[in-house]
Amino acid sequence: MTGAQIAERAARRAVIPQASGADRAFATFFRVLMYTAVGISMLALVTLLYDVARDGLPKVSWDFLTSFPSRIIPENSGIESAIWGTLWLMAVCAAIVVPLGIATAIYLEEYADRTKWWNRLVEVNIQNLAAVPSVVYGILGLAFIVRGPLDLGRVVLAGGITLALLVLPVVIIVAREAIRAVPPSIREGSLALGATQWQTIWKQVLPGSIAGIMTGIILALSRAIGETAPLIVIGAAVNPRFNPDGLGSAFTALPIQIFAWTTDKDREFVELAAAAILVMMVVLLLMNSFAIFLRNRYEQKW
Amino acid sequence: MPDPATAFSVGPNGRRTPSLVRRPSRRSRFEAAIRATLFAAAAVSIATTLAIVFSLLNETIAFFRDVPIGDYLFGTKWSPQFQGEQQSFGVLPLIWGTFYLTGIGLLVAIPVGILSGIYLAEFAPTRVRKIVKPVLELLAGVPTIVFGYFALTFFTPEVLRNLLGLGVGQFNALSAGIILGVLVIPTIATLVEDSMSAVPQSLREGSAGLGANKVQTAIRVVFPAALSGVVAALVLGASRAVGETVIILIAGGQTANLSLNPTESYQSMAAFIAATARGDVPTGSIEYETIFVVGMTLFLITLLLNIVSIRLVRKYRQVYE
Repeated sequence: MTGAQIAERAARRAVIPQASGADRAFATFFRVLMYTAVGISMLALVTLLYDVARDGLPKVSWDFLTSFPSRIIPENSGIESAIWGTLWLMAVCAAIVVPLGIATAIYLEEYADRTKWWNRLVEVNIQNLAAVPSVVYGILGLAFIVRGPLDLGRVVLAGGITLALLVLPVVIIVAREAIRAVPPSIREGSLALGATQWQTIWKQVLPGSIAGIMTGIILALSRAIGETAPLIVIGAAVNPRFNPDGLGSAFTALPIQIFAWTTDKDREFVELAAAAILVMMVVLLLMNSFAIFLRNRYEQKW
Repeated sequence: MPDPATAFSVGPNGRRTPSLVRRPSRRSRFEAAIRATLFAAAAVSIATTLAIVFSLLNETIAFFRDVPIGDYLFGTKWSPQFQGEQQSFGVLPLIWGTFYLTGIGLLVAIPVGILSGIYLAEFAPTRVRKIVKPVLELLAGVPTIVFGYFALTFFTPEVLRNLLGLGVGQFNALSAGIILGVLVIPTIATLVEDSMSAVPQSLREGSAGLGANKVQTAIRVVFPAALSGVVAALVLGASRAVGETVIILIAGGQTANLSLNPTESYQSMAAFIAATARGDVPTGSIEYETIFVVGMTLFLITLLLNIVSIRLVRKYRQVYE
């Protein structure tokens, strides 16, 4: 026998791993399970949107957007005060979250020495804050901002601060990722040309990461828009027939109005909740599309 | 900018030698000021935590002056709204309600979330991914009040009662729990996908080389290798469900309940807080204090879950990076 023949015979007898019929059947079964799982998420989203649209769409009109809520007559009820309340809250929230979030992210990425315990403490603390339930932020708002040390009362400013503290960790985490994505060579080049650390950050790092940071801010604000629990706890007004006229004004917001209508015994008010949800979802969709647009249009490829 | 050539230091022999170390200039003072400002911004997050703990602790201590801590922790009846003999502050029904609803949610979210995560990490073709990922992102972005509306006005009456013919009340654990699960699916799916994608390709190639098919590779090689990440995903999902308020407030009802019947109404810790604190509870009343003591309990439970999940995530990152 030649060597080639021995090799050929050995190859024929070799155990080439072959999936058994049972293995293949299980693989098919498992694939079906996975498709079902993915299908459940899709079905949930589609059914949810369908339900809200079916209940709410007939109720959405210009009058609905420009009327105050009525406690008695569903047909005359609208969400003008809720829309203005939400706009005010978002303005306060953005004014706090944008500088604080970006500054913290810059500090952690560009300055913080991770061997120092206080810097590690800040990092772990932010991770934990990101997972504190929103209702606990409501308690903070109630005991510390509405009453207690700050004692602002149940006003726009108090609601805005509460929501800002709630979404601040989200902004910080996303902004850090955007800053980290700017390659070190950019910083080294700038420093080598004689720029100081702050000049490097201001002229190189921030312009290079601003798209990612903006995306994070928009996502955080779109989370703040839908937050209900903290506003319930700090005591947003229910069914107010006025728009907020400043930081010290009482307010309601879209989720509060939706909550009030959803829990109403009158079916017609419940349908108004669906209409208000539709308006809120459209706003959220626009904000998210804008975030995606920013990401695609301005994101730097290094 | 000071010219380095003109910056001198005087040596011990009196000779002026050019110094390589710059004197503190206006520019470096500006840099230090910037650094201090940025650190102050970072310190706000620490201040937030301190303010949360301070807010909770203050009233919690006041509460335990009136109610013995043992009665709170081990009492089986929660009825702070009553007066006199009927009033009772045993928190167990609220804790039970929280975990019962979370349990129902996880029964839905764990299989669906993990299977979706495995699919996205190991199987999904780019075309399908481009649909499934945005769907999960959209689902994750839906405000919880919308899920609450959906549970109360659609899932309970049309799915549970009409479609499945179950005799559930208007407020019931089944509806609130299942929708809670839907809320958590994207969290679990995304984290499972991330941790499985972090498993190096060589493990998959090794498995395929030994004759395993894709499903076997995914289940017996990649999934175990990513297990600590998967567990972290589940813990984080549980933590979200435990802290969720509005779905339970709207669809779960407001009955402190210590039973096992999913067709009944239950109350969770978070839902109790929101139901009680409507902004007009008088400061100093025992009712006001219950908000904080329950808040403290909830805060500590979620803190524990978060610490566990952060530990686990760190563990799986260390293995392969």
